[in-house]
Order: sequence, then structure tokens, then C-alpha cells
Amino acid sequence: MNVFEIAQLNLWYGSFQALKNVGLAAADGEITALIGPSGCGKSTLLKVLNRMNDLEPECRITGSVLLRGEDIYGGMNVNELRKRVGMVFQKPNPFPMSVYDNIAFGPRTHGVKSRLELDETVEMSLRQAAIWDEVKDRLRKSALGLSGGQQQRLCIARALAVAPEVLLLDEPTSALDPISTGKIEELLLELKNNYSIIIVTHNMQQATRISDKTAFFLLGEMVEYGDTEKIFTLPRDKRTEDYVTGRFG
Amino acid sequence: MNMKKNLPARRRKNSAAAATEICLAALTWAAALLSAGVLLYLIGFILSRGLPYLKPSLFSLRYNSTNVSLLPALISTVYMTLLSLALALPLGIGAAIYLAEYARRGHRGVLLIRLAAETLAGIPSIVYGLFGMLFFVTWLGWGYSLLAGACTLAVMILPLLLRASEEALLAVPDAYREGALALGAGKLRTVWRIVLPAAVPGVLAGVILAVGRVVGETAALIYTAGTVARIPVDVFSSARTLSVHMYALSREGLHTNEAYATAVVLLAAVTGLNALAASVAGRLRRES
Ligand SMILES: Nc1ncnc2c1ncn2[C@@H]1O[C@H](COP(=O)(O)OP(=O)(O)OP(=O)(O)O)[C@@H](O)[C@H]1O
Ligand SMILES: [Mg+2]
Repeated sequence: MNVFEIAQLNLWYGSFQALKNVGLAAADGEITALIGPSGCGKSTLLKVLNRMNDLEPECRITGSVLLRGEDIYGGMNVNELRKRVGMVFQKPNPFPMSVYDNIAFGPRTHGVKSRLELDETVEMSLRQAAIWDEVKDRLRKSALGLSGGQQQRLCIARALAVAPEVLLLDEPTSALDPISTGKIEELLLELKNNYSIIIVTHNMQQATRISDKTAFFLLGEMVEYGDTEKIFTLPRDKRTEDYVTGRFG
Repeated sequence: MNMKKNLPARRRKNSAAAATEICLAALTWAAALLSAGVLLYLIGFILSRGLPYLKPSLFSLRYNSTNVSLLPALISTVYMTLLSLALALPLGIGAAIYLAEYARRGHRGVLLIRLAAETLAGIPSIVYGLFGMLFFVTWLGWGYSLLAGACTLAVMILPLLLRASEEALLAVPDAYREGALALGAGKLRTVWRIVLPAAVPGVLAGVILAVGRVVGETAALIYTAGTVARIPVDVFSSARTLSVHMYALSREGLHTNEAYATAVVLLAAVTGLNALAASVAGRLRRES
């Protein structure tokens, strides 16, 4: 089944059109990678999916975006949507509070009060994000003291703590060293069994390593979308071929 | 060949640059030393003149013209500070939250309020005193009272608190806001649980400045809170703060030594109040 179905999506920032007639379906239990040169609209598309674009005063959208058949721009509660569609940002952004409170913020937001339940959620999320062993002795210490890679996994754990259906990641490893990157890639492969994942990446190898489907964007247009293997070995479009073989520009 | 010719010139230039650097370093050192020196001299002077006269009789519960007790003034100062902060802080922070989080950034109204706050912050305190006397003391009929004084001071420190809080809120990275919103937290929860706690240190810097202004104020208080040197029994009692007390003592000229002793206590009081503000902020931050 498809978790997201996007059809005829157009998006403008003021008079600038950042997305042009984008149509794409992301399937359950798969990792979908969005690739393309800088400024082509990858982050913009990601922010459409959890309506973070609502924060941009100049942003205008037409078309339809369905989350399991429900139109997310048609009367769905934004906070409820963002609970179901988690997001991890390019730069790790832990809150200036303890590791525990970072993870517990989401569940608390959605009404969990019981200490026991919170403890359980925190441990489970940290385990899922493969960072439990590194932080279990410092749950009460500030999250800002963690390394960049740990902070990013903490942010993934924080997103998982509200039990989302989909995880959106915007270049989650671009600020990290190869070892942290490897850990996060492993983690994503592990997580895709339970969550649908949509990831923006500038790293071609990363897309081939972890994603099932890949969408290539150019200047706001989705040029090609299909199985990752196909996109990287037998692209239909000349522009895709130029980009994935590094002949672009 | 060309390079060789250039060498001595460059060396001369280098040594000139080095000399300038040394000069500048020396100047900044001198400036730092001078500022620290003036401050230390001032504190030393006050301590040396005041400490010998810091007698127990200065802390009698009742003031009279022989013991010139400063205790009532000390208590009034604490009341005055807490009351004016209690009035101004919620307003200042509330307005700052509106300006920084809810109003559209760069909106004309926001700029206007900011300009007004900046202008108000620069007005001499005697002007606030006159306004307070006309409005709170006379028109509202509160008389010379703790309440009239605190309201006047609240109006006086409001722009300062507003600006400091707004700066502090604007300095909180948007990444925190985005992180909270992306978890499904509403605007209100994001502001209260994430943005405001992160802004506490900046708000606190404003509070410390405000406390300094309240404790150091005389002109605005003489015309609103009066100069009765008794421990206020309610908010409608006249109240003489330490600074006003010092002013009264020095003006009479009969108790100069006790005035210095009062200055010592004033110094200690300001330090104490700031420490209190810092610890409160620390606790707030840990709780969040
Ligand atoms: N808030 C905004 N207001 C106006 N224009 C914007 C805004 N955000 C993005 N844009 C423009 O929209 C286009 C797409 O931006 P977007 O951030 O989605 O690109 P991207 O593909 O994520 O690029 P990168 O790989 O550099 O992150 C760019 O031309 C950008 O300048
Ligand atoms: Mg981007």
C-alpha cells in the first residue's frame, strides 16, 4: 500500500515556482530517496509532506497530497499530521534540555503523563535509534553535550518516540563523519521494517546503499522516479543519466 | 631580484605593523586597567568609609534621628523591587512573546512598538516621577505609597524588560521551534516549553538591569513613594528605599558616616538581589 500519494503538486514561494506538477507515490515499508542538484526543491517537497511549509508566509500550494488516502491539506489537524509524519533535520537540533526530556517532549505533547509509560517510551526509542547504550548513563544530562552523530540519532529517537507512520529525513548525514553516517544508514535499513522513510540526500552512494525507490528532481520538476537500481543503472532520461554519473552541470 | 629589493621595505612594514599592534594591545590593557581601577577604588572607598560605622543600631526596627536606622529602608527596597518586577515582568515578557513569536516579523506596528520602547528607555527618571505623581498619587488618589512608587518604576523598567526579553527570544535558534513543531507541538506549547526556557538567561540579564535601576532610583520615588522611614505595613504606606534614604541622609548633612554605611548595605543588597535572580533563573532552566 502507498503511504503517500502526491498528484499534480505545484508550489510557489511568492511568484517563484519551486515545485512543478510533481506526482509521486511512496510505498509502505520502503525507503524513498529524493536526489537532485541544490535548489531543485527536495527540501521543499519534504516540508510539504508534514506541512512545515505552513510556516512560510509566502508559500502557496495546489494539487493533492494524500496520507493513506486522506488529504493532508483538507481539514486534517496539523499537529496530528506531524505526529504521524515525523521529521529529522539536516542539522541535528536537540532541545537545550536533558536527553530524557528531549525524547519525552513528543509523548508529553500528545498527552502521555504516566512516568512508567514515559520511561518505557524513552528507552524503546533510544534503543530503536541505536543510541541507548551510549546515553543510558546520562539520561539526565544535557543533550547538547553529545557528539554530532549522537545528537542526530537522538533526534531520530525523538521523532520515533511519538510513534509516527512515516519518517522524513532531510540530508540527515551531511553534517556527520563516515562512521556516524554508516551507523545512521544501518539504522534506517533497520527502521524501514516498521516505518516508511523518505530521505533527501546529496550522496549518490547513500541513495544506492539504502533506498528502494529514487526520485530525481531538476529545477522543481520531477524528472524520473522508479526503482533505485533502475535509476542508477538504466535511467530513461538523459538528464538523470548525466546527474547520477556525475557529468551534470 | 625584484623580491630582494622588496625585502627591506616589507620588513619595515612588518615591524611597523608589529609596533601598531603592541601599541593597541597596550592601550586596551590600559583601558581595562583604568576601568577596573576606578571601580575597585570606588568600592574600596565606600567600604573604608562605611564599614567602621556599620553598627547594630543602624539595623534597629524603628528609625529615629539618633540611630538613623536603615532597616526599614532595606525592607522597603526589597518590597519595592519585588512589587515593581511582579508588575512589569509578566507584561514585558508577554509583550515580547507577542512581538517575537506572533506578530509578523518586520511588521510596521512591531517596529513602532520597538521604537517607542527604545525612546521610553532613554527618558530621565524624573519624568516618570512626575507622571507617577500626577497619575497614581493624585489622580488615582493612592497618595505617596509603595504601590504608586512600584507602579511608576514598573512603567519605567517595562521598556527595558520588553527589549531584553524580545532580544532573548529572537536569539533562540529557529531550529528549536522547527523541532518542536515537527513533533506535533502547537505554537503555544513550543513557545512555553522550548523557546521561553531557552531565552531565560537573556530575560534574566534584563531583570538584573531592571533591579539595578529600581534599587538605584531616587528621583522617581521621592514624588511617588514619599520618604517616610517606617517599615510599610501595606501597599498604601509611604516607603523610603535605601537610595532615597541615602539621599535624605546626605542632604541633611548630619549623618555622612551613616550614609556611607548605608551605601555599603546598598552595595550588598544589589549583589544579593542579582544572586537571587540568577538562582531563580537557574532553577527555571533546570525544570524545563
Ligand atoms: N522560504 C523560501 N522563500 C522563497 N524561496 C525559497 C524558500 N525556500 C526555498 N526557496 C527556493 O526554492 C527552491 C527550492 O529550495 P529547496 O530548499 O527545496 O532546495 P533543495 O533541493 O532542498 O536544495 P539543497 O539541496 O541545497 O538543500 C530554491 O530555489 C530556493 O531558493
Ligand atoms: Mg535542502
